[in-house]
Amino acid sequence: MNSFFARRYVVTIIFVVIALVLLARLFYLQIVDEKYILLAKNNVVRTRIVFPARGPIKDRNGIVLVENQPVYDIMVTPKQVKPFDTLALCDLLGIDMKGFRLRLANAKIKNGVTRATVFEGQLSGALYASLQERLYEFPGFDVQLRSVRSYPDSIAAHFLGYTDEVKNYDIEKHGGYYHPGDYIGRTGVESSYEEALRGQRGVQNLMVDNKGIPKGRFANGAYDTAAVAGEQLISSLDSRIQKLGEHLMQNKVGSIVAIEPSSGEILAFVSTPGYNPNLMVGRNHGNHYMDIQNSPNHRLMIRPIQATYPPGSSFKPLSALIALQEGVITKQTTYLCPGRYLANNGKPKCTHVHGLVNLSSAIAESCNGYFAMVYEKLINARGAKATATSLDYWASNVNKFGLGVKLGVDLNGEKRGRVPTSKLYNKFYPNGQWRSKTILSNAIGQGEVEATMLQLANVECAIANRGFFYTPHLIKAIGDKKVIKPEFTVKHDVGVDAQYFEQVILGMQQVVDYGTARASKIPGIIMCGKTGTAQNSDHSGKNHSVFVAFAPRDTPKIAIAVIVENSGDGGTYAAPIASFMVEQYLRGKITPRDAGPGFSVDYYSGLNLMPQPKVKAPVKPLSPKDSIKQKLIDSAAMKQRAPKSPANRSKPITIAMLPKKEDRK
Amino acid sequence: MRNEQRSLFFNVDWLLILIYVALCMIGWFNIRAAVFDPEHTSLFDTHTRYGSQFIFLIVAFVVGTVILLLESRFLSALAPTFYVATVLLLILVLVIGRNVGGNQAWIDIGGGFRLQPSEFAKYSTCLLLARYLSGVNIKVTEIKSFLIAGGIILLPMLLILKQPDAGSTLVFCSLIFVLYREGLSPLFLIIFGLLAVLFVLSLLVVNQWYLIAGIMTAGLLLIWFVKRNRALALWVLLGTLLSVGFVFVIRPLYTHGLQSHQRERIDLVLGLTNDTKHVGYNQNQSKIAIGSGGMWGKGYLQGTQTKYSFVPEQSTDFIFCTVGEEWGFAGSIVVIGLFLFLLLRIIHVAERQRSPFSRIYGYGVASVIFFHFFINIAMTVGFMPVIGIPLPLISYGGSSLLSFTILIFTLIKLDSNRMGIV
Repeated sequence: MNSFFARRYVVTIIFVVIALVLLARLFYLQIVDEKYILLAKNNVVRTRIVFPARGPIKDRNGIVLVENQPVYDIMVTPKQVKPFDTLALCDLLGIDMKGFRLRLANAKIKNGVTRATVFEGQLSGALYASLQERLYEFPGFDVQLRSVRSYPDSIAAHFLGYTDEVKNYDIEKHGGYYHPGDYIGRTGVESSYEEALRGQRGVQNLMVDNKGIPKGRFANGAYDTAAVAGEQLISSLDSRIQKLGEHLMQNKVGSIVAIEPSSGEILAFVSTPGYNPNLMVGRNHGNHYMDIQNSPNHRLMIRPIQATYPPGSSFKPLSALIALQEGVITKQTTYLCPGRYLANNGKPKCTHVHGLVNLSSAIAESCNGYFAMVYEKLINARGAKATATSLDYWASNVNKFGLGVKLGVDLNGEKRGRVPTSKLYNKFYPNGQWRSKTILSNAIGQGEVEATMLQLANVECAIANRGFFYTPHLIKAIGDKKVIKPEFTVKHDVGVDAQYFEQVILGMQQVVDYGTARASKIPGIIMCGKTGTAQNSDHSGKNHSVFVAFAPRDTPKIAIAVIVENSGDGGTYAAPIASFMVEQYLRGKITPRDAGPGFSVDYYSGLNLMPQPKVKAPVKPLSPKDSIKQKLIDSAAMKQRAPKSPANRSKPITIAMLPKKEDRK
Repeated sequence: MRNEQRSLFFNVDWLLILIYVALCMIGWFNIRAAVFDPEHTSLFDTHTRYGSQFIFLIVAFVVGTVILLLESRFLSALAPTFYVATVLLLILVLVIGRNVGGNQAWIDIGGGFRLQPSEFAKYSTCLLLARYLSGVNIKVTEIKSFLIAGGIILLPMLLILKQPDAGSTLVFCSLIFVLYREGLSPLFLIIFGLLAVLFVLSLLVVNQWYLIAGIMTAGLLLIWFVKRNRALALWVLLGTLLSVGFVFVIRPLYTHGLQSHQRERIDLVLGLTNDTKHVGYNQNQSKIAIGSGGMWGKGYLQGTQTKYSFVPEQSTDFIFCTVGEEWGFAGSIVVIGLFLFLLLRIIHVAERQRSPFSRIYGYGVASVIFFHFFINIAMTVGFMPVIGIPLPLISYGGSSLLSFTILIFTLIKLDSNRMGIV
């Protein structure tokens, strides 16, 4: 011991204080500051998403419409890349050295050096096969399997729709379900059944070391979830008649909708001009999309549900049914046709003098005068002062058939068409100066009535069923359990008693037997139909050829609506096409027709009826004394407004009518 | 003979040995965790570091036992020889040494083993310092004795700095505690602390004039307080002026006197730069490892930072990461508690010596261990710049383990003889 003995305490205090300082720091790091737990986890845990296989879509006979095809993404983990024969890899992938360096640099920027990033995406199986053998020569490169959609028959593009990489707004809209790089159904069934098709993503939490090399599962896989494959969808489509329909409609603008009346299942869904769905997949789908979008005639538009047309004469059976139910006419009601409708200054005209017509022959010969008479009776049933009430009542009856309302088909973007009500005419004529004669065009499916082909086919279902229909739908069963959506099993009554149908159906039979569609008669099958010639708003363009039908008459299996735009009469194009579809569906083959050997699938599929580029006619200002003229002004104004920007491409074509040409069918 | 052996057995400080063994075992287990590879789980595979460390531990225990059997007088008498020998080795290493990680600090001794003379220089310096200061009429307060004592410390320092091993060089600074205990004016400790504070402040405060104004104000206030004592006031004035001068020279000295990597490491700790990828990678990963341990740690062999090699040097200088990650704050308390216990026990043992030689040597041991302990852990938690010095008894490495064993067991031997005459 010496005089400086007390100094031991100073040294002791220094040691203790330093130890406490270290402990305080450790307390802060280990207990207070929790960010390090997260940082350590981020260091070591790599979340790998296991993509579920998207559900396949089959047709009603089990034929695959959409399946998954494997593609291979080359992944790179920059930290694991060691010097190697880069030229060999470049040759295999078909890129140059500059591209190689650029991709590697981008990968580093995007995900850092220890994470795997897509180096080159969506390689084909063949390319993968040649790459796989040499993959060991390229340290840091790996292959990740993904799947893309593939369409074996390249049919029903509008029906099936396509998938696309999610955009930012998709990610926001679905509350974080999707991540950048995911795919989402964009249109068609792919879109409307997205939740069933996409399945459930799985997540694997891998642990990696400081070089990014996987070392096993994090927490023994406790936080992992397995991927659940998407549900298989059985569509109602019959790929045989779908294929035939697309074949017949090539080089034509228009659509075909065929429905099974007893279930509402859509059998054919043709929209032309279309596109090859396989073009929407793969490395160049972006370019293909732009090409398709920029080509004329709105190829991406889903015409059967998005294009609305005046139904023309195909509307007449419906008019007759409502009139019968309301009691304004009977089966025996006749009309002496002088070739025009006398009660309204001879408008509308008929194609020729029909003479004395009754209900069925008026349908068979498409007598405009008869139906103008029927319509006037309906609208004036409560007296001239109650025109508005009567019109609205009529409209509500038409609505019951599914016109002017959305049917609720399982596709997005369905249009409701239009059934005019008093509200519309009060807008046209603010003083209420409109009467039954003002709106007489509605009687023959012109004027302000507009409908989609889906709606017209659905009306045929209602007639075929003698008074009811099921909501038309594309998917008849979801998943292995074959679930059907409950809303598709609900019977919708159209409010017309069964007894009134037979006379109308007789008329429709006569249309095919000896009326306006007699050329399209199918030997041995009783088809009931109605032609229509929807007037084209464009002065120069031809009328739209429309035909609606169902068959066989007594046990209907198929209801169909066909439109060929700018082609001519309903009996000329639409009816033959419909007859081939019906026969193919019912009989499985097409037999020679009475009309001769020229009346064949080959002939009609070979026709080119694409509209010629139109010259815009100068628009004259018209006074709105006639509702139809007002419509013209509206449509002309709309045409001028509509710029040719892609945003407006998918808008439905609204075809306005001119009263000058009369409906002949 | 039997009598002497029994007295040796009863006289050794078993508590010190217990702490020593505890730290060694903690070290060995954590080295196993640090280099753990699920594919090689054998405990004694000498190709792994925990296998090697096991051999080092046996060697260390044997050496420790041998030291206990030596004559105490022998140690004191041989102190100058040891010192000269290590100085020669330090010179030799500069000539034929092997360069590992930028430091020419190793001499190959065959069999794949290497010797690090700087580790043993600590021991021989402590011994010689104790021998010199325990001499008759030697007082640190006298200028001549102070200079000689300083020379004993400085000579190996300079040689090690030449390697250049900055970490080991700084360890010798800790011997100021020994000089302090033996009578060195506390002014030296205060000046040491003051210089450290000024160094940090002058790097942190961007505008030097604020700092100078602060120093002047503090100095003048102090002078005003002690104005009755003229001499003291003059000293304070001198100190203030020197401080100002220090502030002026420190920046250029810092910029030009240090190597760039040293400067970067210091900047990092002071928060002057922010980097987690290059220079700051080690320390950042070290903090993540320790910080992610939480209260109870991730469990033995469960540390992801450790197991998957995110922390470099994790079995040697950054071994404390493994403790912090796998054993959590609880483990940190145990390790720091054991070190503090060891240090206080050494001081206790030193103070109970009758011979000044033993006491001075004991303080030397405490200082060296304290410095290693403090700097190493402070480095892993981001309090100190990265300096490559190991955590005593815990870090992997034969030379380090052996030198600390010799340091501690020599003290135990001296202590067991405290009743006798050295």
